[in-house]
Amino acid sequence: MNHHTGRHEPGGVQQGTAVYLYGVARGLDPGVLGGVTGVSSAAVRAVPAGDLTALVSTVELADFGEDALRDHLEDLDWLEATARAHHEVVDRAAQAAPTAPVRIATLYRDDGRVRQVLQEQHAQFTRVLDLISGRAEWGVKIYAHSEAFETCEPEPRPRTAGGRTGTAYLRRRQAERRSRQDASRRVGDYAQSVHERLIQYARASRRHPPQDQRLSGHAGVPVLNMAYLLDDEHTKEFLDTARRADAELTGVDVEVTGPWPPYSFIDTTDTAAGDRGGGGRPGRGEAP
Amino acid sequence: MSEMPYTGARGPIRPAGERTGTSLADLLERILDKGIVIVGDIRVNLLDIELLTVKLRLLVASVDRAKEMGIDWWEHDPSLSSRARAEVEAAEQRDRLEHDRLAEENRLLRERLAALEAAAPPARQVGDRPAGSSGEAGHGGQEG
Repeated sequence: MNHHTGRHEPGGVQQGTAVYLYGVARGLDPGVLGGVTGVSSAAVRAVPAGDLTALVSTVELADFGEDALRDHLEDLDWLEATARAHHEVVDRAAQAAPTAPVRIATLYRDDGRVRQVLQEQHAQFTRVLDLISGRAEWGVKIYAHSEAFETCEPEPRPRTAGGRTGTAYLRRRQAERRSRQDASRRVGDYAQSVHERLIQYARASRRHPPQDQRLSGHAGVPVLNMAYLLDDEHTKEFLDTARRADAELTGVDVEVTGPWPPYSFIDTTDTAAGDRGGGGRPGRGEAP
Repeated sequence: MSEMPYTGARGPIRPAGERTGTSLADLLERILDKGIVIVGDIRVNLLDIELLTVKLRLLVASVDRAKEMGIDWWEHDPSLSSRARAEVEAAEQRDRLEHDRLAEENRLLRERLAALEAAAPPARQVGDRPAGSSGEAGHGGQEG
């Protein structure tokens, strides 16, 4: 387990290696990292310091030096590969022990520096780890398909084919528009009601912006995109509720992803919300 | 207990929730701007990452659609919406100004018309001046 990294080649910025930090776990058995590869396909290892364990791997400065990073971050393929690798490492650890993800591309000179950071930031890591221990994040997205926007009531037919058709046409158009609006409103109310049912089982919730269809590849209209922080013991009720909701309204899908390491509940301005118990961010209708 | 199902049922509603199936959109919205921020030895410009996130967020579609459904919560969520809100406020402000401007313009035109009607001999009828001046005010729009 003796890794030597961070050799400094004088002068050459792009020479040598650095240590990439994925996250910090508490009480982790380093054995679970066996066979896990991180960014640049490097082997992942544990750097322990007291009760904390850093998840790290060695990277080339040619790939992760300041200049190289700036270029790479513009490259969606590189970004995807890196994000996936980062996630896999954090995820693997999170399945075994409470794990706090660290921001992507956090780099140190060597293992010694990582150890030092764990010691210096012990309080901060502990606070975050306390918040997420025994909990996981679940994503819930609601999509509406065209059926959901179809109108229920039969549309008024034009009575006469005579001189009044213009008026009748306009009236019909107006009715169509109104019932489309009603259908949209119905989908929105439904999404709100699903959220209200789900938040009962959650410690906290975060709203993500609706995903772009080009990125998600999803055909439906994205209606809602939430993350919930759940105590592990509430997982089953939460998932059952989501499953029932999914079957409830024609043309509307409730899609669940997870469990995720609690990414969405870290390093936001009010991370402490989870401590207050049961408090989601106020949604429409959850108002005072 | 809390030992429960972290490894358990992965994506029970969408069983393809395995790693290979984790969507890029789901992943990026969690990885890019989340996670504990600690200063590293290699200075990564967080701004670069933030910018990138903003770019990806600009891809966010369907906001109008969502509004139509009455889902406008994020407008009250400052982290998501300072830009959106600023835009809305700017638009409202523009509307208000435009409204005020039109009202003022109306008032001036009415005054001018009244003055003309009072002062002008009935022979100098509708045709030239009044119509011309109202037309100018229509697109000119500067007052004061």
